Amino acid sequence: MMTKERMDSIKEVLKPKIVEKLIGEDKVELRGDEVVLKGEYYKKQVRIALKNCDIVDPTNIEEYIAFDGYYALYDSLTKKKPGDIVEEIKNSLLRGRGGAGFPTGRKWDEAYRYQADKKYIICNADEGDPGAFMDRSILEKDPHSVLEGMALGGYAIGSDQGYIYVRAEYPMAVKRLEIAIKQAREYGLLGENIFGTGFNFDIELRLGSGAFVCGEGTALMESIEGRRGMPRPKIHRTAHVGLWGKPTIINNVETLANVPVIINKGYEWFRGIGTEESPGTKVFALVGKVENAGLVEVPMGMTLREIIFDIGGGAQDGKEYKAVQTGGPSGGCIPADLIDTPVDFESLGKIWSIMGSGGMVVMDENTCMVDIAKFFLDFSVEESCGKCVPCREGTKRMYEILDRITKGEGVEGDIERLEELSETVSSASLCGLGQTAPNPVITTLKYYRHEYEDHIHNKSCPAKSCKPLIKYFIEDTCIGCTRCAKACPVSCISGKVKELHVIDQSMCIKCGACYDVCPVKPIKAVSII
Amino acid sequence: MQVTINGKNYDVEKNTTILKACKDAGIEIPTLCHDDRLSPSGACRLCLVEVEGWKNLHTSCTAICKDNMVIQTHSDKVIKGRQEVLDLLISNHPLECLTCEKSGACKLQDYCYEYGITEGTYRWEMKKPYFDSSNPFYNFDSRKCILCGLCVRVCDELQGTSAIGFENRGFETNVATPFNEGLINSTCVSCGNCVSVCPVGALEPKSKEKFRYWETRDVRTTCSYCGVGCQMDLVVKGNKVVDVKPAFDALNEGLLCVKGKFSYNFLSHPDRLKRPMVKKDGVFVETSWEEAYNLIVNKMKSVKEYYGSEAFAGLTSARCTNEENYLFQKMFRAVLGTNNVDHCARL
Repeated sequence: MMTKERMDSIKEVLKPKIVEKLIGEDKVELRGDEVVLKGEYYKKQVRIALKNCDIVDPTNIEEYIAFDGYYALYDSLTKKKPGDIVEEIKNSLLRGRGGAGFPTGRKWDEAYRYQADKKYIICNADEGDPGAFMDRSILEKDPHSVLEGMALGGYAIGSDQGYIYVRAEYPMAVKRLEIAIKQAREYGLLGENIFGTGFNFDIELRLGSGAFVCGEGTALMESIEGRRGMPRPKIHRTAHVGLWGKPTIINNVETLANVPVIINKGYEWFRGIGTEESPGTKVFALVGKVENAGLVEVPMGMTLREIIFDIGGGAQDGKEYKAVQTGGPSGGCIPADLIDTPVDFESLGKIWSIMGSGGMVVMDENTCMVDIAKFFLDFSVEESCGKCVPCREGTKRMYEILDRITKGEGVEGDIERLEELSETVSSASLCGLGQTAPNPVITTLKYYRHEYEDHIHNKSCPAKSCKPLIKYFIEDTCIGCTRCAKACPVSCISGKVKELHVIDQSMCIKCGACYDVCPVKPIKAVSII
Repeated sequence: MQVTINGKNYDVEKNTTILKACKDAGIEIPTLCHDDRLSPSGACRLCLVEVEGWKNLHTSCTAICKDNMVIQTHSDKVIKGRQEVLDLLISNHPLECLTCEKSGACKLQDYCYEYGITEGTYRWEMKKPYFDSSNPFYNFDSRKCILCGLCVRVCDELQGTSAIGFENRGFETNVATPFNEGLINSTCVSCGNCVSVCPVGALEPKSKEKFRYWETRDVRTTCSYCGVGCQMDLVVKGNKVVDVKPAFDALNEGLLCVKGKFSYNFLSHPDRLKRPMVKKDGVFVETSWEEAYNLIVNKMKSVKEYYGSEAFAGLTSARCTNEENYLFQKMFRAVLGTNNVDHCARL
């Protein structure tokens, strides 16, 4: 059985060794008494959910203990009542990091007060947004923080069984979780009579099979129960009637990773970070056409500018920054002139986007917004479960319209049709997937309507990205270096050395290779029209 | 509890769905995927209503009434929502009403008429066609399927067979048997309850008769195949039974088995005996009921006199009612004086 004394001795021996080793490798520095990762990229970051990532060895439970791991669980089980934990989380105003931002404490309170012979706690690790890997990092690099968060949740609501629903496409996360659960059981931190308090709690893994919609809470429960992952009608709260009809709390990985830290440091500390209504931090996967792509954890309320430019280093290759998409396929595109918007649940909602699970896709001047809307909608079409009509049929029709527009086949009335369909799909769909699927279309129509109009009326793509609408052409400034002709994969460029080259338009596949290699400066001889 | 529906106040019981409250109040709400006997699904999104204070439209089949709820069932927003849903459905549905057997009893057809949807705005890519005619009693045509899920749920929740389910996702979703091996190779018992609940022409009996529902009349009767006493409506065109519908207001609650649902062709079969036959000079000839009964009674009497009661044995049928079977054994025991009596359902 694990005891406080044993944890203290592990911490005392191990922590200095780890810190010494990491400082020796020049990986970390001390910020007060906190050990944080070193480097310009991490300077503006505040890491709570990711605090142990790249610092502790995820396959060694003792390293997690050395960094205050399982102390929150010990303190709670030995000194606090379940109701106290619920109150603490309620007071912290921690909001669900999976996307919707529902207050975690209120959710827990519902299950805590609901009488039942069995309750469940589920960790939703079915992270599926394109380009998002926040949860994956936590699971792979700090799995014990999730296990501890779940055990705390279990104690708070009165549950003795947890499930982690993790996607099978994360083999490393699955492996690390298996190791972590095994070690936690060996150390008596999962299983029966934890810390000798009589509290029992165990966790099992359930692997997803690749359906994005299984990230939706009720579809996830259907999947755990062995049925096809389709959302349930929302008649009852899952905190009352959830998995196998029992009260169930379902929280996202990042949310759970926040819990032990809040219990350790107190809700006042937590509320001191971030904004009043959205306290704490949020992890973002900063990807796309950005110089420094990667995971960032910043206090809520930091502006997009600080995240994209100060941490991310702005658009790649010196190109002009155009927009950022937050919230994945359910989110919205935020134009450059709104870059000073603070990133929190309320502020993003006001400009028609969402926080989502934390995807942040940066776009530059060559990104066509119609094409982007089409890209995200294609994802929703593919991942719709097919149950309800607006999502199954509506997103498909929206995709078809967008596809025509990007091919130069858009017709008068397409924009209005898109708007009508967006309204139907978002207001009449069964679950969050359908209700939010039109968001990329709604926001691009709102901020970049002129791009849609250009595609439809002028058959041109202002970002010069939609292939059927552009042509590559060599100007008189060509120096006849022959590089373009050599780079062309279909050999459709002809011309002698030091003479003007010509592209055979009938053969050109518009791959852009000639444009990329053209050395003429300051304006390339290859132009896109 | 009290709710306001379309400006009028109604008293409702706790845990009543909005759909039920509206139905009780006599307000018609269109549904394609709802069935009182099955768990609510919320798939078709046609029963949308507007609830004051709620952002989105809600499906009335899955929303529970709350005290002082203010509900609009036919506001402009609701009508528009339903029209869009129907438009999306009919856009991906073959417009074959002229030849479709279901025409006249098709809910999609009725609702499109009610809501003024003519042909579908989005007639672009259509569902991939898949036909399954392997079952001897009914056909499945995926093109007409609107994926309401009633067939899947009735097979699972009421019939308890779970022979069919959904395959694929999104636009590619289809109702199918495991591994797509066809209905004949599935666990399907051909009860036809899926056919009975299908709101469109996706599941249709293999009918030998051409008929339109408006040419027919329903005749309520008791199924004669066994003693359960399932009630059903024979769909009669002229003087011929062309289809069978299970009765909902009876003990079988809208269910039938393969015999009740599909086995009615014998009714007008040319080989069917319509009068008693008596063998004369080695050939069966038609006779009157009186002559036939007299013959039976006389033979019974003479056999009993000559050989005794134990010479008799009676075998009756499970297709008779309990009352008929009772009378049969009574006749053998009390009149003929033997216990040699049994019936075919002992198998």
